[in-house]
Amino acid sequence: MPYQRIKFYQTGSFAAGNRLLSPELRSVQSLAQRSNTLTCGHRACQGCGEALGARYALDAVMRATKGKMIAVNATGCLEVFSTPFPETSWQVAWLHSLFGNAPAVASGVAAALRAKGRADIRVVGQGGDGGTVDIGMACLSGMFERGDDVLYICYDNQAYMNTGVQRSGATPPAARTATTPAVGEEPGNTFGQGKNVPLIAMAHEIPYVATATVADLRDLEYKAARAMDFRGARYLHILVPCPLGWGSAPADTIKVARLATESGLFPVFEAEDGEVVSATPIRHRVPVTDYLRTQARYAHLFRPAERTRIIARVQAAADRNIARFGLLESPDDSERVVPAPPARAHHAGGR
Amino acid sequence: MLRQIEGSQAVAAAVAMCRPEVICAYPITPQTHIVEALGAKVKKGELNAEFLNVESEFAAMSVAIGASAAGARAYTATASQGLLYMSEAVYNAAGLGLPIVMTVANRAIGAPINIWNDHSDAMSQRDAGWIQLYAETSQEALDLHIQAFKIAEELANPVMVCMDGFLLTHASERADIPAQDQVDRFLPPYVPRQMLDPADPVSIGAMVGPEAFTEVRYLAQARMQQALEVIPSAAAGFSMAFGRSSGGLVRPYLTGDAEIIVVALGSVLGTVKDTVDELRAEGMRIGVLGITTFRPFPVLAVREALGTDSRLRRIVVLERALAPGTDGIVTADIRMALAASDGRPPRAPDALVSTVVAGLGGRAITRKSLRAMLADTVSGRLGPLTFLDLDTSLVSRELDRMRAARRSGPSAENMLRDLGITASRVS
Amino acid sequence: MFQVRIHGRGGQGAVTTAELLAVAAFTEDKYAQAFPSFGSERMGAPVMSFCRIDDKPIRTREPVTEPDVLIIQDPTLLHQADLFAGLTGDGYLLINSAHTFAKLGLGEVAARHHRGRLLVVPATQLALTHLGRPLPGTALLGGFAALTGVISLDSVTRAIGERFTGNVAEGNVAAARAAFDFVQDERKALSDA
Repeated sequence: MPYQRIKFYQTGSFAAGNRLLSPELRSVQSLAQRSNTLTCGHRACQGCGEALGARYALDAVMRATKGKMIAVNATGCLEVFSTPFPETSWQVAWLHSLFGNAPAVASGVAAALRAKGRADIRVVGQGGDGGTVDIGMACLSGMFERGDDVLYICYDNQAYMNTGVQRSGATPPAARTATTPAVGEEPGNTFGQGKNVPLIAMAHEIPYVATATVADLRDLEYKAARAMDFRGARYLHILVPCPLGWGSAPADTIKVARLATESGLFPVFEAEDGEVVSATPIRHRVPVTDYLRTQARYAHLFRPAERTRIIARVQAAADRNIARFGLLESPDDSERVVPAPPARAHHAGGR
Repeated sequence: MLRQIEGSQAVAAAVAMCRPEVICAYPITPQTHIVEALGAKVKKGELNAEFLNVESEFAAMSVAIGASAAGARAYTATASQGLLYMSEAVYNAAGLGLPIVMTVANRAIGAPINIWNDHSDAMSQRDAGWIQLYAETSQEALDLHIQAFKIAEELANPVMVCMDGFLLTHASERADIPAQDQVDRFLPPYVPRQMLDPADPVSIGAMVGPEAFTEVRYLAQARMQQALEVIPSAAAGFSMAFGRSSGGLVRPYLTGDAEIIVVALGSVLGTVKDTVDELRAEGMRIGVLGITTFRPFPVLAVREALGTDSRLRRIVVLERALAPGTDGIVTADIRMALAASDGRPPRAPDALVSTVVAGLGGRAITRKSLRAMLADTVSGRLGPLTFLDLDTSLVSRELDRMRAARRSGPSAENMLRDLGITASRVS
Repeated sequence: MFQVRIHGRGGQGAVTTAELLAVAAFTEDKYAQAFPSFGSERMGAPVMSFCRIDDKPIRTREPVTEPDVLIIQDPTLLHQADLFAGLTGDGYLLINSAHTFAKLGLGEVAARHHRGRLLVVPATQLALTHLGRPLPGTALLGGFAALTGVISLDSVTRAIGERFTGNVAEGNVAAARAAFDFVQDERKALSDA
């Protein structure tokens, strides 16, 4: 009898929506009645990680809040490509004010809803790394410190992409950007700079902080929904590759995000009240070079000659993350695994 | 109810009675007493509002933007450096058409740092699209806030109520504090023109390109034109409801047959009127034009007040702000209003317009100085731009220092040392 | 219009004194305006506050340059330049001190003015006695009422009652009354002499 080898992820966590799973276990994206909060017709680039991440995250929040949600958006790629006048892709009450004030504006919306006795309507503030990590940092910290009832989502593509790929406080070391060119003794972004905003959020001891990527849809949906279980300030930091700015193939966005986590460069974890409560283990560890080679922003580390010292420093950072978050500990039963469905007689396929 | 009360407390009482739903502010002298009083009312349960202690003025205006867009009546207050720090959001609020009301406790802008009164802060935002109202007394300050919410919400345009820092905020004077039911009858609950509502979602704040930007911006001008009707109407309604005159576009005093008219904004009008009364008693035909609404600039009202009597010879514009490199800020608008254009004859074409910059950084404007300046006006010795009470020798000494050496040192510190205010140089 | 200028040091309550004076006048249906000098108010730095009282609305807002009454809350300010600037020949001068005019080195000043209008009152001592704190403002207001008659002691009492409660109000009222009596006695002694 012919057989087909089925890999675990086809029946497990990585499938977007699998008919082998019972409906209640399927992802939000697999549902025909998903909100499509960010619907089609927007002007994002082919392979845009942020468009993907925003749709995943907000559809999950909309499901968790039964559609009672207001979104506040910072200036940036997401805002620009989603609202080219006179059109909008947003199927949700949505406000864009300025670049640096999205967290504060979101706090204002939440305060208004409270004042009107409508705290059942939830508020999401969102922006790219520029608007969150740099120019929005004061407002973000203020929102955290006051405990305003807002979920803030940062879509991190690690540079100011909307304005032409300039370096931000989230740009990783050695990465080439328009303002950290790949020239000189230390090409690309400087080592020793940059901010870890998830850790900064944890230092504020807010109820919930989590990181996620577009490579793991179920994990991202889980975290967006989980965040809505809490009241008060919450923060979700999502790695969203940008093919244009990173110089990666548009078709590789999800793969590149997966390599970021599997190399240890982007740890995926959750924290509550300032303490890490879970970390997603690395399934198949890869050396950082596997990740770096996929992106032209790191091309100078390999051509004309391999810059082994720089690569070693990048590897060391990955190693530190792995040690710090225990990313190579073997997974235990408490990991979120979608249970195997019960055997059904009427199932098709596999004949 | 009549009370002897600090200006800030009077304003806080009025704002509270307007039933704001979200109050957000960052402390800056001399606005602190207003916000502290409101915060206490909220904390004690006397005012049912959300009160946010924000981390900067930029955050304050941003929180107000979010709150207003979500349909809440929003209020904040600031001054000087704080107003500048929130400037990006100030423009944003006007561009979005959100009826936020903000108190600006007028204070000078640094450098050099100065906490005392002048109008440079509000003047710096005159093109932001906010309506700007200037209070002459504490009574008018509290009255204008009540009118401001009504004006803002009717127009869907934010309103800035300007009151002189320290001179009004920290002075105790008599004021009639209205009753809550009076305010409720005058100011109904806020009904937004646009609102973030999951039941009826809209996108607010889209990018608008060249094909439509001009038209969207034109609406800001249209709102300002409409304000020229709405403001006097609100003042008239206020007068009927509360039994006193306050607000409106301009307030002329003894201008009917005047040969000289002094134009001014804010609390200095009181001192000017006392001076004018003295001079009238001495036979001078002099009057005052108070500008209550500076934005929109009340062109027709100004033309009416200044252009009716052909005996008018001198218009002296008293400015509490400086526009370096040009004459006067208010002066420019006065000239614009009086000038001829197609289909519109000039008004007061025979009157000379002069600018007097006075009261910068809290320097007192005294009747003595005003009298001397007006004597100069009569005798033709007042040039186009005068700095009242300028210590010319202090200035000359610094200019000499600067000419003598490249490394002449920080000017402000040099001049303070000359005045004996700072310690001597250590050397 | 009656114009008062109060000299003190930051932290002694010179601003409150002016405000209470305004409230006292208000309780007599008068118009009053009170405001501080707008200098850097640090603890211990010289400050001034002003009060105008009139039967009609007060419009001007300049500082008081020609006071009808000077109240000196802190006698260590006495030999500051220009302290007495603008005080008219008929003006009143009330100094918080237990010493005589001569002892304060003010013989010359006294000579230039109407003797019956220049008085001292040990306001700090009275405050310590009745209030337990060296805040001489309310006592000085009691003295002011006795010296000028512009406001009554009752009005001062009413103003105190609006601002303070309980023991603090009682103490302030007692201090004001004691100062009022002291100044009245002093005036009587001067006119008998």
